[in-house]
Amino acid sequence: MSDSDTLTKTGLVALTGVNKHFGELHVLKDINLSIDQGEVVVVIGPSGSGKSTLCRAINRLEPIDSGSILLDGQALPSEGKALAKLRADVGMVFQSFNLFAHKTILQNVTLGPLKVRKTDPKQAEKRAMELLERVGVANQASKYPAQLSGGQQQRVAIARALAMDPKVILFDEPTSALDPEMIQEVLEVMIDLAKQGMTMVVVTHEMGFARTAANRVVFMADGEIVEEATPETFFTNPTSRRAQDFLGKILKH
Amino acid sequence: MFSVLTDNWPLFRDGFWLTIRLFLVSGVLSLIIGTALGAFRVSPVPALRGFGTGYVNILRNTPLTLVFAFLFFGAAKMDLALPNPFWTAVGALTIYTSAFICEVVRSGVNTIAPGQSEAARAVGMSFPQVLTIVVLPQAFRAIIPPLMSVLIALLKNTTIAAGFSVVEAGSIPAAMSERGENQLLTLLWITIGFLILIVPLIFLQRWAERRTAVA
Repeated sequence: MSDSDTLTKTGLVALTGVNKHFGELHVLKDINLSIDQGEVVVVIGPSGSGKSTLCRAINRLEPIDSGSILLDGQALPSEGKALAKLRADVGMVFQSFNLFAHKTILQNVTLGPLKVRKTDPKQAEKRAMELLERVGVANQASKYPAQLSGGQQQRVAIARALAMDPKVILFDEPTSALDPEMIQEVLEVMIDLAKQGMTMVVVTHEMGFARTAANRVVFMADGEIVEEATPETFFTNPTSRRAQDFLGKILKH
Repeated sequence: MFSVLTDNWPLFRDGFWLTIRLFLVSGVLSLIIGTALGAFRVSPVPALRGFGTGYVNILRNTPLTLVFAFLFFGAAKMDLALPNPFWTAVGALTIYTSAFICEVVRSGVNTIAPGQSEAARAVGMSFPQVLTIVVLPQAFRAIIPPLMSVLIALLKNTTIAAGFSVVEAGSIPAAMSERGENQLLTLLWITIGFLILIVPLIFLQRWAERRTAVA
């Protein structure tokens, strides 16, 4: 990507004044956030801070109460075909993988292209195999999700998202449900993606990933964005009290 | 004992043949309408959900005999042209059974983790696609046993049509009584007849369960 591209600041994803309640609980408080093309934004914060909800709001898996979310300059439609069309351009990787349990690994990756993009089956399959190769699970293509380890399933989930050629991929705590020895294999795939210029929003507790791959760290607490900085600034010199507390707790041991 | 059956064979044959037709036609229609209603009840459109809920609450709580009476007598009072008694009976059985199938489908959908439909929506599938490609195929496994119970109930419910001049198996006892045949043996043969009809359903259920069993 050229410098002029990164400098135009178009804001591929732009959240303005976003509010969301779960009953009495105000989970997103007046969120303003703009994510540029090719940027990797890591969202961190204590549990219950609203970071997952923020991530899920971007493709409207969680509807918002007020404010606006623009994707590539387009407002998120509220329901129906237009929303589905927009979601096709936004990849999502879930904490619990959510691979389609009744489909093979290969079918999991081809389903979106075939049913949503109406891609030619041969071509969809070829591309899916390339992607599975890229995330290192091509040899499992004919198995079912339950036959794979968590780390493998999550890598398939990333391939499934990539198969739609998304403009941005949302990662909602992609390594939180994994056994420790499998976290690295998933992070490596993600770091690879980041290096190739994929626009990513990553909700995570993996500070190592934030340090290596993020362009920007967004720290959330109690439904608010408390601090936004480059990883270096954030980890070495957090300005807010809550960020200092949070980092003190997780970096001590 | 056998003479009761053999002497009156045409009566039994025609009666049960009509029962089978009533069952098959209303069964297929109920499956289609019931599944559509089930889809309504889990749809993102509030109006459809409201319609589905209203339908189930009214039809599931109305005695089937009343549904028959409404269609056979009520509709005639309102000058609604109805086709022959067979199709009127099919109509009554279908609108009644659909309500139960709707609930079976909905309960099956509820057994599928929300993450499955979220993932399907996230790749850009429309609601009908989410339902037919991802959710229902997985829900089907859980649906089979209760669905078979509803279908067996439908098969037995067809006998109510006898009270509305549809000469299916349920009308055999009255005819036999006119002929002065033994009532107990008549009922016994009808029971055996229904058991024979239900056996294929049981095998169908076994087969479907085995086919959808998780590896």
